[in-house]
Amino acid sequence: MSSDQPFITDESQVVTETRDARMTGQGDRFNSRLREAFGSSPFILTKFDKFLNWCRGSSMFMLQFGIACCSIEMMHTYAVKHDLDRFGSGVPRASPRQADVMIVPGTIVSKFAPRMKRVYDQMPEPKFVVGMGSCTISGGPFQEGYNVIKGAEEVIPIDIHVPGCPPRPEALVYGVVKLQERVANGEAAPVTVKPYELEEFSDLERDELVDKLADQIDDDELVMRYNFADSP
Amino acid sequence: MSLERPDRVDDDAVERTPDELEALLGDLVVDRDDHLNAPGFVIRPDTVQETLRTLKEQAGYDHLSVVSAQEYENRYESIYHLKKYDDPTQEVSIVVPADKDDPVSESAEPVFRTADWHEREAYDLIGIEYDDHPDLRRILLPETWQGHPLSMDYDKDRPQIATLPEHANPLEDHHKDAESDTMFLNIGPHHPATHGVLHLKTVLDGEQVADVEPDIGYLHRSEEQMAQSGTYRHQIMPYPDRWDYISAGLLNEWAYARAAEDLADIEVPEYAQVIRTMGAEMCRIAAHMLALATFALDINGDFTATFMYAINDRERVQNLLEDLTGQRLMFNYFRLGGVVWDLPEPREEFFSKTRDFLDQPPESVEEYHNLITSNEVFQMRTIDTGILPPEVAKNYGATGPVARGSGVDYDLRRDDPYGYYDELDWDVVTEDGGDNFSRLLVRMREVEESAKIIEQCVDLLEDWPEDERNIQANVPRTLRPDDDTEIYRAVEGAKGELGIYIRADGTDKPARFKIRSPCFSNLQTLPEMANGEYIPDVIAALGSLDVVLGEVDR
Repeated sequence: MSSDQPFITDESQVVTETRDARMTGQGDRFNSRLREAFGSSPFILTKFDKFLNWCRGSSMFMLQFGIACCSIEMMHTYAVKHDLDRFGSGVPRASPRQADVMIVPGTIVSKFAPRMKRVYDQMPEPKFVVGMGSCTISGGPFQEGYNVIKGAEEVIPIDIHVPGCPPRPEALVYGVVKLQERVANGEAAPVTVKPYELEEFSDLERDELVDKLADQIDDDELVMRYNFADSP
Repeated sequence: MSLERPDRVDDDAVERTPDELEALLGDLVVDRDDHLNAPGFVIRPDTVQETLRTLKEQAGYDHLSVVSAQEYENRYESIYHLKKYDDPTQEVSIVVPADKDDPVSESAEPVFRTADWHEREAYDLIGIEYDDHPDLRRILLPETWQGHPLSMDYDKDRPQIATLPEHANPLEDHHKDAESDTMFLNIGPHHPATHGVLHLKTVLDGEQVADVEPDIGYLHRSEEQMAQSGTYRHQIMPYPDRWDYISAGLLNEWAYARAAEDLADIEVPEYAQVIRTMGAEMCRIAAHMLALATFALDINGDFTATFMYAINDRERVQNLLEDLTGQRLMFNYFRLGGVVWDLPEPREEFFSKTRDFLDQPPESVEEYHNLITSNEVFQMRTIDTGILPPEVAKNYGATGPVARGSGVDYDLRRDDPYGYYDELDWDVVTEDGGDNFSRLLVRMREVEESAKIIEQCVDLLEDWPEDERNIQANVPRTLRPDDDTEIYRAVEGAKGELGIYIRADGTDKPARFKIRSPCFSNLQTLPEMANGEYIPDVIAALGSLDVVLGEVDR
């Protein structure tokens, strides 16, 4: 082949079975209306970020995370009748390392907040949180309790709040679908420093309480300090 | 009738008058402090073991229901509420005052094993110290907590620090002892098999469990404080729904309603009692269905068929409850003196829906037996594992399906009748195996009994005369029970004896509100069932205990 001739595809050499099958609808195993709309082209043009966000929003793995009363309604949301999986986000994963979304279904108390923060930290980015029920908003009916954290947002960032005590499964489905929309649109709550952080004991500001506990807690032990007087 | 007990002949069950008891205890009694439900004897704080042992061995009081502690202006007080498994209407309260400046009292743990956790809770929340206690630590609050939240001078606004101890990698060398070669393993507090936020500190010897210690308090929502800051008439009733939140709401509401109604001397109309009985048994079905569902999950694996089947049945019964109460889970349906509203209109529709639901059990129970109990793999996992002998169960104060699965014939619906139960025809279910399988069987058979009760209630309600449909007694707008009246009353919740101790101080709020949670006592038996077994059997034992952490931690 000489170099001054333009390159011409030899049609007889091109394998076209797959393309023809797609266009004529013979092998409709992989066919769909969307596929037909694209015609013969196997390519689409989109922004990579947009595509990725669409993928994330369409297939979210929840963390299997039960805390209190709301987790009963959450189980009902996953199970028959309400079936969250219809929306592409119904497979709870037992390990935080496999999960994208954490539904916080219940009251957070002093002993549990550090553990929840730890579980949240173990989830890979990008991660999203649905706060389920009044307790995760403000402490709910237990807001006055001496041991209750006034809302999960004191500890971890929350993308969607679903109010109710407990919210009905329909409400949770609505919340999750809203989250999917937001994720697909590339929106998420900014990750900010929360009032209650996990930190090493030696990093705490010295005061009466810290001095008192100094012989009980090692310097490098992780602690969470609650300032109940400043809570909302 | 089926409600009569065939075995009530032994000497232990012979009822003694308060004066005979006082004579039996002799010098141990320093004063009398009677409660509405039982005679109360005041004793010295260093004679607790001797007193309780006398009552247990010579008078047959073998059930320590609960230890309720409280602080007065001039003293601390622990009350041991004793009962008999053979006849829970025979009660006695042992009141142990302790010094205000140095509250020390003798531990009852050597006599009743169950006192271990109850006294730890009293130490944690009130601040009474128990001499001779094997392991007096905080139980509900973090180890580093400052102050005792239900004591009088507690400052709710003070800052607190909770720790997240770094549990070292169990495979590191220093966790292996050269001789025993044990390994430490954390299960929970975030783990699918712990049914909520429970933490099991487990020491393994090879595959076997050398020791397991439940670590609770991850859902301690200050329920007792919430009840103490609410008024009797309306503000307390929403909270019981949230103790045992597995749809057992009405059963819990009944516990509070019963205690408060007896305290304020309120008579509930019969019609309301029938509605209560029906609603409560619907709740029991829903609660047992979830127990069945999660137990099958623990044994069989991931979200599988049995879970879906049981949740499906729960949805059906929740629909009925929603028709009746207006809510799926947190019903808030009972009121002191009755219920909040009558059956939904049109009534015929509600009755026919309920009957449709009741028509299913023969088939669906058959289905469950095919899926679960006659499954060989399931049987291998559950039969003869997690054994709880009846004497041990009693020593730990176990009640409900856990006790009945060990052959302890104890059901407050029959033995201490309330509501409309004693007018209906049903049986108390017991199994003698004492293993994981028996506890499951008890629950499955109780579902059938509950269906029988609901059916009889529907029959009664259908034929109830139109002009006697009275759902509420006349109750004063503000209830102020007399100063210094005390009462302990229990009902048969989904998990066992759910009791409430209330002390009134003449105001419209209780001065002390103590919840006796059946799960708290039941969970305490876990080490007895699990030690020496394999890890999967621990999970099975925990599943068969059917604890709900909202009620354990309150």
